[in-house]
Amino acid sequence: MNKVFKMAAAASATRAAPSDMAAAKTAASAASLALHVLAECPVSKARACVLKLPHGAVNTPVFMPVGTQGTLKGVTVAQLEELGCQICLGNTYHLGMRPGPELIEKANGLHGFMNWKRNLLTDSGGFQMVSLVELSEVTEEGVMFRSPYDGREILLTPEQSIAIQNSLGSDIIMQLDDVVSSTVTGPRVEEAMRRSIRWLDRCAAANKNPHRQNLFAIIQGGLNAELRKACLDEMTKRDVPGFAIGGLSGGEEKDDFWKMVTLSTDHLPRGKPRYLMGVGYAVDLVVCVALGCDMFDCVFPTRTARFGSALVPWGSLQLKQKQYAKDFQPIDPECQCATCKRHSRAYLHALFKSDTAAMHHITVHNICYQLTLMRSVRDSIIEQRFPEFVRSFMKRMFPSSEQYPSWAEDALASVNITLD
Amino acid sequence: MKLELSKVVQGCRLGVLIGIGKTGQHSLELPGCLLYTRCATVPHLTQDTLHTLTYLPAGAQVALDGLAEHHEVLEEFKEGVRKFAGLHDTALFCSLHDPATNCPTGHVTNKTVSVWGSGGRIEMTAARFIAMQAVIQPDCYQSMADGETWQTNTSRKRVHKAVNRTLAHLDECLTLHHKTPQLKHTEVFGVVEGGDILEERVRSARETAKRPVAGFVLDGFQSAAMEQELRGQLITAVTAELPVEKPRMLQGVGRPDEVIACVEAGVDLFEGFFPFQVTERGCALCFDYNVTPDPEAAALSPPTVLELNGERPAVEDPKQNDVGNTGTMTQFEINLKDIRYREDFRPLVEGCGCYCCKNHHRAYVHHLLVTSELLAGVLLMLHNTAHYLGFFRALREAISHERLQDFKTTVTKVDFGGRKQLH
Repeated sequence: MNKVFKMAAAASATRAAPSDMAAAKTAASAASLALHVLAECPVSKARACVLKLPHGAVNTPVFMPVGTQGTLKGVTVAQLEELGCQICLGNTYHLGMRPGPELIEKANGLHGFMNWKRNLLTDSGGFQMVSLVELSEVTEEGVMFRSPYDGREILLTPEQSIAIQNSLGSDIIMQLDDVVSSTVTGPRVEEAMRRSIRWLDRCAAANKNPHRQNLFAIIQGGLNAELRKACLDEMTKRDVPGFAIGGLSGGEEKDDFWKMVTLSTDHLPRGKPRYLMGVGYAVDLVVCVALGCDMFDCVFPTRTARFGSALVPWGSLQLKQKQYAKDFQPIDPECQCATCKRHSRAYLHALFKSDTAAMHHITVHNICYQLTLMRSVRDSIIEQRFPEFVRSFMKRMFPSSEQYPSWAEDALASVNITLD
Repeated sequence: MKLELSKVVQGCRLGVLIGIGKTGQHSLELPGCLLYTRCATVPHLTQDTLHTLTYLPAGAQVALDGLAEHHEVLEEFKEGVRKFAGLHDTALFCSLHDPATNCPTGHVTNKTVSVWGSGGRIEMTAARFIAMQAVIQPDCYQSMADGETWQTNTSRKRVHKAVNRTLAHLDECLTLHHKTPQLKHTEVFGVVEGGDILEERVRSARETAKRPVAGFVLDGFQSAAMEQELRGQLITAVTAELPVEKPRMLQGVGRPDEVIACVEAGVDLFEGFFPFQVTERGCALCFDYNVTPDPEAAALSPPTVLELNGERPAVEDPKQNDVGNTGTMTQFEINLKDIRYREDFRPLVEGCGCYCCKNHHRAYVHHLLVTSELLAGVLLMLHNTAHYLGFFRALREAISHERLQDFKTTVTKVDFGGRKQLH
């Protein structure tokens, strides 16, 4: 990974030239992505679409499970396919470290390496570098950080991030953005937003495979409406295949969160997918679909599974707790996943004391829960009954309407969905 | 339960154990092994992944070590552990101890034995033992036994006591068994003890054979405890005392070379824990067990799987490969954590039909191990189980076609003077 960084560092430009923007435009016109809007909710901003990508069609709204290191924890690709997953994530940072882009390229890209025949989305590596490692410095050139494996300093530039993602061969690749925590205020937020625009152009210029790898821009601007708007204005001038809404879902107040989401979708083109990064809780998904988002990813469902937490329409079950020791029902009697069709809460509770398979059972269930939720959302949009769906979803999730989160009520109200 | 022997070749018995289960629907080919489980799940595997294996043995093993702590739940559930676990339709054998776990010793008494759950030690009298079997509802179980004679320097007196206790436990278990309605369709295997003392082994065998048991478990011969030569002699002496028409199960032995030697000594059934141990140390079974079908072609026999794959022997210095409590790596496996597999895009074993070999390559499994990913265990368990079951199938075929010497040569890489010669 070091070598790749060093080589690309020598070649990278430190300022986006006008020619880079042109490059972004021509690159985009050769893109291999098409979004067909099947139905739009007449009340809210929700839409149901088909997203055509190099490795098949993806029905949106879609939740994308995260397979960080080229594997979705204990779940096989066969099981993932069986669950109906059409697209999942891989992490550029982790895979760039181990086993490295050269090896993955030899294995016919990440698809070949992990033997996943459907779509893959890779992030840029930017978020991990900020959240996981000791950040040394961000400059116009790129992000300098200290490798956790050998302590050496590594520079990740937009060009290098794209180079790695080109080697991974994912269907959707993300620009390297200057990531700032959503709780940060002051001039740093604007600096990061402006730099992200310049880095977008550099990423577009660096993309060797625009005909099979679709570069998404990431809208930044923190919680500042003006900055977000400025970012939207600039980035939508670039003809990229899709847009992600970034810099959110990081510990900010939900009241600020939804306002930035809806502002963003208001100014993103109708005919291109909107990817809200890092969102995965059921309530957040439903509300953000109402606000006009199409794609979501989050480690939460798969991570929480390994702690014995099973997601259900009325919340979650902590299966390791004593109360489930003699509960002979399945996790969710209405769930069609392999776990629920065969196993009881009591058995899973017992199995957690003995074997890793317990985690796999819950992981399978949680993925099924997420995908089924999105399928239900989608069907309701197509059948023009999305607002009713939202109301019954909330009713099931919360014991009483007093417990509806106020941010969710406000957000839904802003798109004309009232919860009674 | 009935044993139908079709052939005996050089001491090896070939046959089928039929009529197992409530409606007598299961049959196990012998020599064979039971599917190893922890708490009635094959380690790392959900039912989907388990059933990618095409040839599953008709019998699976559970152990009281893993189940005793769930006594209350099973009692309330009422329908037995197979249903509780959502296990497929398989015959279930219940042993006392988990063969892949080292349990602390020193807790047996005249009236009790102890098993070890996730919360610690659970002590059982014969009454509690039978009560446990009643809620587990296996198709067959080993009687309660004192098997703590495998430690070095176990005194003769201690061995003698173990034999006596085990017989006493057997008698008590049989009495209680026949009073327990839930065990109406369940068989009992008597346990032969005797440590490494010939006279005690013979005594134990003779006495146990006098009781109305459906078969015999040979205990105290665990791999770690005894050299194969002594084990072979003692097992031969034991099986000579046992009725021909009843099956003999050996506990704690799983290495392919030891399995063959024990089959020659008269053993029919083995515990299938070896693939799990190989998996836990990040290794994949790769030894060859294919004997050329045409004996005349033996002189031109194809290179072994290892040679085909261009491997050096996996273990050059056995001492360097001790991987802690998952046991020492053997000559039958490759260590996929080794850097040499980092860019190896071949399947684990060329020609293997398991899910892992059909879908993934060594480089990917290596990556999963290096990054400590859970999928490594899933894939390795699938492959190792498939390979091991293939070995048993090949063993049965070798006995059937009277090619045992060649089979032994192929598997162990030691020349046993068959038609096939090692070069």
